[in-house]
Amino acid sequence: MNLLHVALLLLLAILMGLVLAGRATAAANLARRSVLIIVSCLILSPFVWLVFATFKDPSVLNEYVFLPPFAEWSAETINLSNLRTLLAPQETVHGTYSFFLYIFNSVFLATAQTLLQVTFCSMAGFAFAVYSFRGRQALFLLVLGSMMIPPILLLAPVYRMVVNFGWMDTYFALLVPGAVGAYGIFLYRQAMMRVPKELFDAARIDGASELRIWYEIALPLVRPITGAFCLVVFLNAWNSFIAPNVFLQSTYKMPLPVILQHFVGQYENQYGVFLAGTFLAILPPACLFFYLQREFILGLTSGGVKE
Amino acid sequence: MNGALTRHFSPAWFFLLPTIAVMGTFLFYPVILAGVMAFQQSSGALAVEWIGWENFQFVLSDPLFYRAARNTLIFAAFSIFLQLPLSLGLAMLLNAKGDRTKGFFRLIIFSPFLVGPIFVGILFAVLFTPRFGMINRFLQYLTGWGLEVNWLSNPAFVLPAIILTALWMYVGFNMIYFLAALQSVSQDLMDAARVDGAGPWQRFLHVTVPAIKPVAVFVVIMSTIGSFQLFELPFALLQGTGGPDNAGLTLVMYLYNHAFVSGDLGLGAAVGWILAMAIFTISMVQIKVSKGGDH
Repeated sequence: MNLLHVALLLLLAILMGLVLAGRATAAANLARRSVLIIVSCLILSPFVWLVFATFKDPSVLNEYVFLPPFAEWSAETINLSNLRTLLAPQETVHGTYSFFLYIFNSVFLATAQTLLQVTFCSMAGFAFAVYSFRGRQALFLLVLGSMMIPPILLLAPVYRMVVNFGWMDTYFALLVPGAVGAYGIFLYRQAMMRVPKELFDAARIDGASELRIWYEIALPLVRPITGAFCLVVFLNAWNSFIAPNVFLQSTYKMPLPVILQHFVGQYENQYGVFLAGTFLAILPPACLFFYLQREFILGLTSGGVKE
Repeated sequence: MNGALTRHFSPAWFFLLPTIAVMGTFLFYPVILAGVMAFQQSSGALAVEWIGWENFQFVLSDPLFYRAARNTLIFAAFSIFLQLPLSLGLAMLLNAKGDRTKGFFRLIIFSPFLVGPIFVGILFAVLFTPRFGMINRFLQYLTGWGLEVNWLSNPAFVLPAIILTALWMYVGFNMIYFLAALQSVSQDLMDAARVDGAGPWQRFLHVTVPAIKPVAVFVVIMSTIGSFQLFELPFALLQGTGGPDNAGLTLVMYLYNHAFVSGDLGLGAAVGWILAMAIFTISMVQIKVSKGGDH
């Protein structure tokens, strides 16, 4: 018997009591709330643990699961030692770099990927939604059909192409193949089809070019979709591992997932260091998404599910 | 429509140019190229030799391939029969009328999906540490068992560790889809069933299930496809290996090892095609089965 057991038994007893007292609805509500709270605690615990692990001194890392008891708080137990080791400049074959470089690489790659996808997917979605041209139906089916291709099938042939193009160890190998995606085209087509055609025609009569109609009329009108789609693309690019791991060779070009995977081997006995790195790596997307969660969920569900 | 647009070269082609160029070069052409490469042996990207069906013969007689296939299938089965019911259950708990905390719990349960699979793998590798890891300590505290379990070096516990990690990561993601579907269940129909004396279970079976079925089929298929492509999570958990006795080797890891560790891209392409065909077949079967249930 420990505190956890007592708490669980107490909860059970209260539920039984409510049922016996004929208040089944209240019992159901309490049970529902309790399950949600327990599940939330279980799901949040790795995050809490990670934050504490980042700021615990390596000497007490294993001793306490979360934080040391309050009486033992001091600069000896809670400090920035992990972060300091992590952020200290490191020598590599190409020169001395700090962890900030890898953060910058990740930010750059994810941002560039997002800009490319938003530009090209919205262009294609605009074309499918606004113009009628020969082969539109077939081409759109082909785009949708491409979602059926498992990305892993492409890895070996694209690797050979990248080598032949001389793109090995460059960001081209990551950014160009990922510059458009069927999902984004589909999202933009659906959204732009809802824009009244009269708006476009009116702009044409005023002498606007087709490019301006796309950029200054269609795009602003579907801004919620752009917001949602940006978040999805940014997160995917930020977290992507296989492509950068296969196509990049120089350490100083690596984004965070690849470099942290290296750090796990390098800091085998100081895992506070790579945990601190993981903490820094998941912080930016977490902040972004807690702030913009509505848009993000819209971006995920509007493709497959009608809300 | 504007006659000028149909008579002349449609501006649509200008807007489609990047898409056609990129998808043609890096999506459709590589699919064909993979089909060609599957009949070649290569060391690295350039040295190439035609070997007919040998890649397929090698793969289909390789015990390691079946080991990877078995692991992948077990993982997929747990995704569908453990994770998705839990996702649905959580979605139903969240879907109470007029609950203001819904958004709060939804965000918490969904949040692990924001963490990339590599980061999740790195985290959980430490969480699963014997004696010191949080998971082991929690198990010990709750049940008195589990403190010394060596999840990642005991072959019997590697797959359970991967399944648990994936559960943490994806249960909230799938829940979002179920929740969106549940919110579209007609409340009138639900009330009518209640008036007619249908119990909670009957209401679930005859009102909820038919209403969320399209989304459920979508989620099952997506989940299967995702499971077949499992890679980063075990790769990070097991630090790039298949784990002890290859207990955590997945099909994509098998492909990756042959194509990029041993450098035989042809063999990788052959495995890729086998995997793609398997995914395609299973998705088709799932769609057929789901349609067969309609009355």
